[in-house]
Amino acid sequence: MIEVKNIRKGFGEKTVLNGVTVTMQPGKCNLIIGASGSGKTVFMKCMVGLLIPDQGEICYDDKDFNKLGAEEKKEIRQQIGMLFQGSALFDSLTVEQNIMFPLNMFTQDTYGQKLKRVNEVLERVNLKDVNKKYPAELSGGMKKRVGIARAIVLNPKYLFVDEPNSGLDPQTSLVIDKLVKEITTEYNITTVVNTHDMNSVMEIGDHIIFMYQGKKEWEGSNKEIIFNKNERLNEFIFASEFLKDAKDMRMLEQTGKISNDRDMDKLTKE
Amino acid sequence: MTLFKEFGRYLLMIKGMFSKPENWKMYWKELMHQCNEIGIGSLGIVVIISFFMGAVSALQTAYQLVSPVIPMSTVAQIVRDTVILEFAPTLVCIVLAGVVGSKIASELGNMRVSEQIDALEIMGINTKAYLVLPKILASLIMIPLLVVISAALGIVGGQLAATSAGILSANQYETGLLSNFQQYNVFFALVKAYTFSFLISSIPAYYGYHVQGGALEIGRSSTKSVVVSCVSILFADYVLAALLLQ
Repeated sequence: MIEVKNIRKGFGEKTVLNGVTVTMQPGKCNLIIGASGSGKTVFMKCMVGLLIPDQGEICYDDKDFNKLGAEEKKEIRQQIGMLFQGSALFDSLTVEQNIMFPLNMFTQDTYGQKLKRVNEVLERVNLKDVNKKYPAELSGGMKKRVGIARAIVLNPKYLFVDEPNSGLDPQTSLVIDKLVKEITTEYNITTVVNTHDMNSVMEIGDHIIFMYQGKKEWEGSNKEIIFNKNERLNEFIFASEFLKDAKDMRMLEQTGKISNDRDMDKLTKE
Repeated sequence: MTLFKEFGRYLLMIKGMFSKPENWKMYWKELMHQCNEIGIGSLGIVVIISFFMGAVSALQTAYQLVSPVIPMSTVAQIVRDTVILEFAPTLVCIVLAGVVGSKIASELGNMRVSEQIDALEIMGINTKAYLVLPKILASLIMIPLLVVISAALGIVGGQLAATSAGILSANQYETGLLSNFQQYNVFFALVKAYTFSFLISSIPAYYGYHVQGGALEIGRSSTKSVVVSCVSILFADYVLAALLLQ
């Protein structure tokens, strides 16, 4: 279980995280959402240990990550898989070598065993005949899938996903979202996704944390988000008229009424 | 203050390189890869530079030695000592600072900017040990070898230029090469080669590893690393000469 306790992080005079406390739900998709500059990327980097918070604790199974020794940190890191915004595949290695890299580094398996595992995860992310291709030869969506394959090849306990849909078309974004959700359930991984894609929020958000100006502003599930009364969250999530209409239609469908002051008659006629 | 801060970060990077490898085999593979990139990759330019450096040095020395009292075989002596003491270790290392240094800085810079270094960190790999140390070790192994090759080729280049220009015969050149030979000069050249190898690899590695930003910053850090490496080589050259050639 990942518990974040009152973390603060600043750069010079600027405070980016201002006392965030949250517990990530095990075996679920935990989404961190928020506008650009709300501190979600810094928050994720603190969680995975790429940044050290100025104050507070990041606990993995009750162990404060930042107080652990180098060897213990390494052990926890080997339980973490991460998909980066730009996929972060190694340019000079083929797809097969990229995915095999963690296996080469941390296992004593034979080449045959490693290749079998690589093919298993490639199949799991629905990629075929790409073993010998270089990252430069792949599309954005394929790179993300290879990134996911590399992240799960060591059977991690935690999966961190940073902006999985950035630069992807809506259809590919849905495929990636679905894949993340399926892998989370199938492997019982605690997944933390950093996104501002509303489709992802509604599709895979088992547990959603809304960040606003370095603080946790709201926490709930994708079912609760429709009925939330938080003004800032509503402004962020249902920013366009289209999304406001969609929200009202969903509320109407489920409760028979709309909660805000919009004209219900006009909405239903339209 | 910035200079001290940067120097402190540089020392911390060097200190951070020393940890137990996660997998010896992978580190060895990376070391061999870097030896190939740095050593074999730079061999061509070193051969060309060294040959012409020796040739020009022979012709210019002969041009200045107009006294009938000084035997022409002195040209060979001067070429030998200049090449061994200065041209092979210093000039070649300055060229390598450009060739190898910019490659190291841009490679690491690109890995940093595209989050490949972060990806390795998250896997639990000490990136300073896995990415920086093999580059420095490979430089320490390969660059002194290149300097030795350079010195030999410089002397051969001098001989070919001097004999083909009719300045002196091959026998005269060989006589000159063997007279007053000081083994200490070779030792001094190797001390310089090892010192410069460390500077050529560690300074660009520092700049590349700590890049922040995008493509523009990678270019800037690469240029800065070459400039700082060259200045450091010249400064170290002076210090070593002052200390070891008394």
